[in-house]
Amino acid sequence: MKVLQVIDTAYRCTVEEQDDPVVWITAAMKGAGGDLSVLLRGNAVNYAVRGQDASGLAFGDRKQSQPPRIDRDVKRLTEKGVAVYLVQEDALERGIEPNEVVDGVEKISRSKIAGLFDQFDHIWHW
Amino acid sequence: MADKKTLTFSIMDAPYENARTVTALRMIDIAAKRGYNVNVFAYEGAVGLAFTKQAAHPNTVHGHDVDEEDHPLPKEWIASIMKTAKANGGKVDWINCGLCVDERGVAEAVEGTRRGTPGDLWKFAEASDGTLIIGAK
Repeated sequence: MKVLQVIDTAYRCTVEEQDDPVVWITAAMKGAGGDLSVLLRGNAVNYAVRGQDASGLAFGDRKQSQPPRIDRDVKRLTEKGVAVYLVQEDALERGIEPNEVVDGVEKISRSKIAGLFDQFDHIWHW
Repeated sequence: MADKKTLTFSIMDAPYENARTVTALRMIDIAAKRGYNVNVFAYEGAVGLAFTKQAAHPNTVHGHDVDEEDHPLPKEWIASIMKTAKANGGKVDWINCGLCVDERGVAEAVEGTRRGTPGDLWKFAEASDGTLIIGAK
Protein backbone atom coordinates (compact mmCIF):
# COMPACT_ATOMS: atom_id res chain seq x y z
CA MET A 1 0.00 0.00 0.00
CA LYS A 2 1.44 3.35 -1.07
CA VAL A 3 0.11 6.50 0.55
CA LEU A 4 0.61 10.13 -0.42
CA GLN A 5 0.17 12.50 2.51
CA VAL A 6 -1.04 15.88 1.26
CA ILE A 7 -0.30 18.78 3.60
CA ASP A 8 -1.62 22.24 2.89
CA THR A 9 -2.54 23.52 6.34
CA ALA A 10 0.69 25.00 7.65
CA TYR A 11 1.96 25.62 11.18
CA ARG A 12 -1.03 23.87 12.76
CA CYS A 13 -0.10 23.61 16.46
CA THR A 14 3.59 23.46 15.60
CA VAL A 15 4.69 25.53 18.58
CA GLU A 16 2.75 23.42 21.07
CA GLU A 17 3.74 20.12 19.50
CA GLN A 18 7.26 21.25 18.57
CA ASP A 19 6.68 19.70 15.16
CA ASP A 20 3.96 19.43 12.54
CA PRO A 21 1.57 16.58 13.43
CA VAL A 22 1.32 15.28 9.87
CA VAL A 23 5.06 15.39 9.27
CA TRP A 24 5.40 13.66 12.63
CA ILE A 25 2.85 10.92 11.98
CA THR A 26 4.42 10.31 8.59
CA ALA A 27 7.78 9.66 10.23
CA ALA A 28 6.14 7.45 12.86
CA MET A 29 4.24 5.37 10.28
CA LYS A 30 7.37 5.09 8.13
CA GLY A 31 9.10 3.69 11.20
CA ALA A 32 6.24 1.19 11.54
CA GLY A 33 6.86 -0.08 8.02
CA GLY A 34 4.63 2.24 6.01
CA ASP A 35 5.31 3.27 2.44
CA LEU A 36 4.56 6.98 2.42
CA SER A 37 5.34 10.11 0.48
CA VAL A 38 4.44 13.73 1.17
CA LEU A 39 3.12 16.51 -1.03
CA LEU A 40 3.52 20.05 0.33
CA ARG A 41 1.08 22.46 -1.26
CA GLY A 42 -0.54 25.78 -0.44
CA ASN A 43 0.90 27.46 2.64
CA ALA A 44 2.64 24.25 3.66
CA VAL A 45 5.26 24.75 0.94
CA ASN A 46 6.92 26.97 3.52
CA TYR A 47 7.79 23.84 5.50
CA ALA A 48 10.58 23.18 3.02
CA VAL A 49 12.24 26.57 3.39
CA ARG A 50 15.72 26.22 4.81
CA GLY A 51 16.80 28.06 7.95
CA GLN A 52 13.51 28.59 9.76
CA ASP A 53 13.85 29.77 13.32
CA ALA A 54 10.91 29.56 15.70
CA SER A 55 12.99 29.90 18.84
CA GLY A 56 12.59 32.52 21.51
CA LEU A 57 9.13 31.84 22.88
CA ALA A 58 8.80 32.49 26.59
CA PHE A 59 5.86 32.99 28.91
CA GLY A 60 7.23 34.46 32.11
CA ASP A 61 10.20 32.33 33.08
CA ARG A 62 8.99 29.34 31.09
CA LYS A 63 11.10 29.31 27.96
CA GLN A 64 10.65 26.90 25.09
CA SER A 65 13.87 24.93 24.81
CA GLN A 66 12.92 22.71 21.85
CA PRO A 67 11.14 24.90 19.32
CA PRO A 68 9.84 23.33 16.14
CA ARG A 69 12.34 22.88 13.33
CA ILE A 70 10.08 21.95 10.49
CA ASP A 71 12.72 22.30 7.76
CA ARG A 72 14.93 19.86 9.66
CA ASP A 73 12.00 17.46 10.08
CA VAL A 74 11.20 17.61 6.35
CA LYS A 75 14.83 16.89 5.52
CA ARG A 76 14.84 13.98 7.95
CA LEU A 77 11.81 12.53 6.18
CA THR A 78 13.71 12.52 2.91
CA GLU A 79 16.68 10.92 4.64
CA LYS A 80 14.39 8.15 5.90
CA GLY A 81 13.29 7.39 2.36
CA VAL A 82 10.06 9.38 2.33
CA ALA A 83 9.77 11.22 -0.98
CA VAL A 84 8.74 14.83 -0.36
CA TYR A 85 7.21 16.82 -3.21
CA LEU A 86 6.54 20.54 -3.29
CA VAL A 87 4.22 22.39 -5.66
CA GLN A 88 6.51 24.77 -7.47
CA GLU A 89 3.89 27.39 -8.36
CA ASP A 90 2.67 27.55 -4.74
CA ALA A 91 6.23 28.24 -3.62
CA LEU A 92 6.88 30.91 -6.25
CA GLU A 93 3.60 32.67 -5.44
CA ARG A 94 4.87 33.00 -1.88
CA GLY A 95 8.26 34.34 -2.91
CA ILE A 96 10.09 31.10 -2.20
CA GLU A 97 12.91 30.55 -4.66
CA PRO A 98 14.08 27.03 -5.55
CA ASN A 99 17.48 27.62 -3.94
CA GLU A 100 15.81 28.30 -0.56
CA VAL A 101 14.34 24.81 -0.33
CA VAL A 102 15.99 22.07 1.73
CA ASP A 103 17.88 19.43 -0.21
CA GLY A 104 16.01 16.30 -1.18
CA VAL A 105 12.63 17.92 -1.81
CA GLU A 106 11.35 17.40 -5.36
CA LYS A 107 9.64 20.37 -6.98
CA ILE A 108 6.72 19.54 -9.23
CA SER A 109 4.40 21.62 -11.32
CA ARG A 110 0.67 21.82 -10.56
CA SER A 111 0.03 20.19 -13.89
CA LYS A 112 1.83 17.07 -12.66
CA ILE A 113 -0.20 16.60 -9.48
CA ALA A 114 -2.83 14.36 -11.07
CA GLY A 115 -0.11 12.13 -12.46
CA LEU A 116 1.55 12.01 -9.06
CA PHE A 117 -1.74 10.99 -7.39
CA ASP A 118 -2.03 8.16 -9.88
CA GLN A 119 1.14 6.58 -8.47
CA PHE A 120 -0.46 5.97 -5.07
CA ASP A 121 -3.11 3.63 -3.67
CA HIS A 122 -4.33 6.21 -1.15
CA ILE A 123 -4.31 9.99 -1.02
CA TRP A 124 -4.61 11.22 2.56
CA HIS A 125 -5.41 14.92 2.62
CA TRP A 126 -4.82 16.24 6.11
CA MET B 1 -22.62 -10.50 5.03
CA ALA B 2 -20.98 -10.89 1.63
CA ASP B 3 -20.51 -7.18 1.06
CA LYS B 4 -19.43 -6.36 4.58
CA LYS B 5 -16.93 -3.55 4.45
CA THR B 6 -14.18 -2.42 6.74
CA LEU B 7 -13.71 1.32 6.78
CA THR B 8 -11.09 3.43 8.51
CA PHE B 9 -11.53 7.02 9.56
CA SER B 10 -8.89 9.25 11.05
CA ILE B 11 -10.23 12.35 12.75
CA MET B 12 -8.29 15.24 14.19
CA ASP B 13 -10.60 18.02 15.37
CA ALA B 14 -11.25 18.57 19.07
CA PRO B 15 -14.85 18.31 20.29
CA TYR B 16 -17.09 21.38 20.10
CA GLU B 17 -14.86 23.15 17.57
CA ASN B 18 -15.94 22.18 14.10
CA ALA B 19 -18.74 20.70 12.01
CA ARG B 20 -16.26 18.15 10.67
CA THR B 21 -16.62 16.21 13.92
CA VAL B 22 -20.35 15.68 13.56
CA THR B 23 -19.96 14.93 9.86
CA ALA B 24 -17.37 12.26 10.65
CA LEU B 25 -19.58 10.75 13.34
CA ARG B 26 -22.56 10.75 10.94
CA MET B 27 -20.52 8.73 8.44
CA ILE B 28 -19.28 6.36 11.15
CA ASP B 29 -22.86 5.95 12.38
CA ILE B 30 -24.14 5.09 8.90
CA ALA B 31 -21.40 2.49 8.54
CA ALA B 32 -22.32 1.09 11.96
CA LYS B 33 -26.00 0.86 10.95
CA ARG B 34 -24.97 -1.12 7.88
CA GLY B 35 -23.06 -3.57 10.06
CA TYR B 36 -19.70 -2.59 8.66
CA ASN B 37 -16.55 -2.88 10.69
CA VAL B 38 -15.29 0.60 11.41
CA ASN B 39 -11.84 1.61 12.57
CA VAL B 40 -11.29 5.05 14.01
CA PHE B 41 -7.92 6.60 14.73
CA ALA B 42 -8.42 9.71 16.83
CA TYR B 43 -5.45 12.01 16.46
CA GLU B 44 -4.55 15.23 18.26
CA GLY B 45 -7.61 17.05 19.64
CA ALA B 46 -9.98 14.30 18.54
CA VAL B 47 -8.81 12.16 21.46
CA GLY B 48 -11.04 14.40 23.58
CA LEU B 49 -14.13 13.01 21.89
CA ALA B 50 -14.10 9.88 24.02
CA PHE B 51 -13.11 11.60 27.29
CA THR B 52 -15.41 10.38 30.03
CA LYS B 53 -15.27 13.55 32.13
CA GLN B 54 -17.30 15.55 29.61
CA ALA B 55 -20.25 17.01 31.47
CA ALA B 56 -23.57 18.41 30.37
CA HIS B 57 -24.42 21.94 31.48
CA PRO B 58 -27.44 24.19 31.78
CA ASN B 59 -27.88 26.98 29.26
CA THR B 60 -29.25 30.21 30.65
CA VAL B 61 -29.32 31.84 27.22
CA HIS B 62 -31.72 29.11 26.13
CA GLY B 63 -33.57 29.34 29.44
CA HIS B 64 -32.86 25.67 30.09
CA ASP B 65 -31.67 23.83 33.17
CA VAL B 66 -29.27 20.94 32.66
CA ASP B 67 -32.04 18.40 32.02
CA GLU B 68 -33.97 20.64 29.63
CA GLU B 69 -30.84 21.49 27.70
CA ASP B 70 -29.91 17.81 27.33
CA HIS B 71 -26.55 18.89 26.01
CA PRO B 72 -24.92 16.46 23.55
CA LEU B 73 -21.72 14.82 24.74
CA PRO B 74 -19.46 13.21 22.13
CA LYS B 75 -18.56 10.44 24.59
CA GLU B 76 -22.22 9.41 24.62
CA TRP B 77 -22.44 9.55 20.83
CA ILE B 78 -19.39 7.27 20.58
CA ALA B 79 -20.80 4.78 23.08
CA SER B 80 -24.10 4.79 21.21
CA ILE B 81 -22.42 4.25 17.83
CA MET B 82 -20.53 1.30 19.31
CA LYS B 83 -23.81 -0.23 20.47
CA THR B 84 -25.32 0.34 17.05
CA ALA B 85 -22.42 -1.42 15.37
CA LYS B 86 -22.69 -4.38 17.69
CA ALA B 87 -26.45 -4.64 17.24
CA ASN B 88 -25.96 -4.77 13.48
CA GLY B 89 -23.22 -7.37 13.51
CA GLY B 90 -20.30 -5.02 13.09
CA LYS B 91 -17.87 -3.34 15.41
CA VAL B 92 -16.14 -0.05 15.99
CA ASP B 93 -12.47 -0.30 16.89
CA TRP B 94 -11.68 3.15 18.24
CA ILE B 95 -8.03 3.99 18.97
CA ASN B 96 -6.91 7.18 20.63
CA CYS B 97 -3.36 8.31 19.84
CA GLY B 98 -1.64 7.65 23.17
CA LEU B 99 0.78 10.57 23.11
CA CYS B 100 -2.06 12.91 22.16
CA VAL B 101 -4.03 11.59 25.13
CA ASP B 102 -1.15 12.14 27.53
CA GLU B 103 -0.41 15.71 26.49
CA ARG B 104 -4.08 16.61 26.96
CA GLY B 105 -4.65 14.64 30.17
CA VAL B 106 -7.68 12.81 28.77
CA ALA B 107 -6.77 9.24 29.61
CA GLU B 108 -10.23 8.39 30.95
CA ALA B 109 -11.97 7.22 27.80
CA VAL B 110 -15.22 5.55 26.87
CA GLU B 111 -15.26 1.80 27.43
CA GLY B 112 -14.36 -0.03 24.25
CA THR B 113 -11.88 2.58 23.07
CA ARG B 114 -8.16 2.01 23.49
CA ARG B 115 -4.76 3.66 23.23
CA GLY B 116 -2.56 3.24 20.21
CA THR B 117 0.14 4.60 17.96
CA PRO B 118 0.44 5.85 14.36
CA GLY B 119 1.43 2.30 13.44
CA ASP B 120 -2.14 1.29 14.27
CA LEU B 121 -3.48 3.77 11.71
CA TRP B 122 -1.24 2.18 9.11
CA LYS B 123 -2.46 -1.32 10.05
CA PHE B 124 -6.08 -0.14 10.01
CA ALA B 125 -5.67 1.28 6.52
CA GLU B 126 -3.95 -1.82 5.19
CA ALA B 127 -6.84 -3.98 6.39
CA SER B 128 -9.61 -1.69 5.13
CA ASP B 129 -11.66 -1.32 1.99
CA GLY B 130 -11.42 2.43 2.30
CA THR B 131 -9.73 5.05 4.46
CA LEU B 132 -10.79 8.63 4.98
CA ILE B 133 -8.52 11.16 6.67
CA ILE B 134 -10.33 14.16 8.13
CA GLY B 135 -7.67 16.62 9.20
CA ALA B 136 -8.08 19.75 11.29
CA LYS B 137 -7.74 22.93 9.24
